[in-house]
Amino acid sequence: MDHRSPLERVLRALALTAIVVFFMFPIFWIVLMSLQTNETILRSPPSMSFVPTLKNYAAIISGELDSNAGSMSIHFMNNLLNSVLLSVFSVALALLLGVPAAYAFARHKFRGSEDIAFTLLSFRFAPPLLVLLPLTLYFQALGLANTYLGLVWVYQLICLPLILWIVRGYFEDISPDIEHAYRIAGHGWFATFRKIALPLAGPGIAAAGLLAFIFAWNNFIFALVLASADKQPVTVGALAFVTASGIQYGQIAAAIVMSIAPTLLLALWAQRYLVEGLSLGAVKG
Amino acid sequence: MSEVLLDLQRINKIYNETSRHPVRAVKDLNLNVAQGEIVALLGSSGCGKTSTLRMIAGFEAVSSGQILIKGRPVHALAPARRNVAMAFEGYSLYPPLTVEENIAFALKSERLAKDEIRKKVAEIAHLLEIEDILERYPGSISGGQQQRASLARALIRDADLHLLDEPMGQLEPQLRALLRGRIKHFIKERGLTAILVTHDQTEANALADRIAVMEGGVLQQFDSPLHLKDRPANLFTGTFIGEPPMNVFPAQAEADGDNLKLNLADGVCLTYPASAFSDDLKARLLSSDTFVIGVRPHAVKITPGGHPAKVYANQWLGDQTHVAARFAGQTIVSVRHDRAHHAPGETIGIDLAASDLHIFAADSGRAFSHGGALA
Repeated sequence: MDHRSPLERVLRALALTAIVVFFMFPIFWIVLMSLQTNETILRSPPSMSFVPTLKNYAAIISGELDSNAGSMSIHFMNNLLNSVLLSVFSVALALLLGVPAAYAFARHKFRGSEDIAFTLLSFRFAPPLLVLLPLTLYFQALGLANTYLGLVWVYQLICLPLILWIVRGYFEDISPDIEHAYRIAGHGWFATFRKIALPLAGPGIAAAGLLAFIFAWNNFIFALVLASADKQPVTVGALAFVTASGIQYGQIAAAIVMSIAPTLLLALWAQRYLVEGLSLGAVKG
Repeated sequence: MSEVLLDLQRINKIYNETSRHPVRAVKDLNLNVAQGEIVALLGSSGCGKTSTLRMIAGFEAVSSGQILIKGRPVHALAPARRNVAMAFEGYSLYPPLTVEENIAFALKSERLAKDEIRKKVAEIAHLLEIEDILERYPGSISGGQQQRASLARALIRDADLHLLDEPMGQLEPQLRALLRGRIKHFIKERGLTAILVTHDQTEANALADRIAVMEGGVLQQFDSPLHLKDRPANLFTGTFIGEPPMNVFPAQAEADGDNLKLNLADGVCLTYPASAFSDDLKARLLSSDTFVIGVRPHAVKITPGGHPAKVYANQWLGDQTHVAARFAGQTIVSVRHDRAHHAPGETIGIDLAASDLHIFAADSGRAFSHGGALA
């Protein structure tokens, strides 16, 4: 029921609009920039009127950047593919390992279970730079440096704790008796996990997976140190736009638009799961 | 007695066994339930009754002891392999399924024909008055309706044993009274065996053939409702069973010619002809230093010539009067089925017949006697 007065509703709408404008403006501006040439972007005073061009996108997709100083080739599409591969496989692996672990931590209290769970969380406390140097040495010795496998493995430092701790909370919110009721009707624990616990925690798992995907996508430092050009994701690849002859703002903007598009689309698609996931408490009782 | 269906042998349950603060929830419990019997586990919160039920279901491991169903040890088996059905206190309906699907859930995994399932669901829904909510989802029905759906899901199964954890806690009193009768009839008609956990004496009395009274993880008494009331095995059962609770007084015995005197606090002396007590009881009482006498409120008579007691409360409950008075340094409650007009401050006469006395040991609480003869 809505008991608010009209004035309250108007103020609310205004406040919401202000927030949306505040948060969306940078993205809006970047989209505008991506449709302009470097010259129109840098003119003073800035103006909203320009002839839109898709040159920046064409340059990025073709990999041939033309600037005042000459042309150079970049691998942005390759970076984008790397980002997709690294994020998808990292989240998939983290879900595969993290969801059963979260279930175990939620349902079975054993000696040291809290300590193990906390240790996993503590990976998030340490600054990545602290572990990077030893990791680099180990990875070189093991032959994991500059491999997708090695990167996906390191990305577990980001994804696994996130998924483990978020999903654990969702499992804990499901009354164990719902599972007991299923088990006593003649089903084993694995069937119960698959048929009852997983679907009930589904929205939470989706939410955690999405968050982990965004974190993995946005990661910069691991890939910067552990991957060379052909394995680098967009976050690292964007550095190529800072050239000796200046910064190619239009192309950077186009690259940004293309690199946020996948996560944005994913978030829009998963929005309903996110909302559901965050209000899962309703399942209780 | 017919064949033993469930046999609990020296069951112990210790939570946090390896920690510094282990909790002994169930201690050396021996209990057997016959085929077709309804047994209630009755006790206050934390008495071990739910732990016991969950051990039978297989959700809690037994710390030691054996559980046998139809002679087959099941305590090491997974819940799925024990062939028991259970109604949970928290209902635990599966949220994405309708009430009907929830009820039929277990039957589907038993691979029954669709028509058969529909018939059974309709029958049990009619019994529990939930026909109108079969198409609804658990999230959109009341607690009482969820509880009945959960009960239906358990009762519909053809299991060896039905475990019902506080099956009617959320129901309105009128509905509860109605369903008690129906459920009992349903269980008896089909020859089902059921164990019911409750803290409600009325429910236990109405449904159960035998009641196991538990306290502090220990089985206090396992007997028929009638015996629990008339022949409580100890002071705990005596005071726990019955509403309002039994009046109890510490007492000493003294022989006085042909009479036996029971001396209570505040100089109250109950004098009975010695012949009202059996010889061995008299010997036991005279040799004990102190003991405890108990009298049910229904047996406390208010008569003009009785021992004086000062009324301090008088409640008319619509069908009975509870008169509370100070007597022998304590409160004594008398229940009368008429509307007694004793004003607070008034002095009334109390009469306790020897045949209504329950006598318990002061230290162990074990019952010496009920109504003048040794227990």
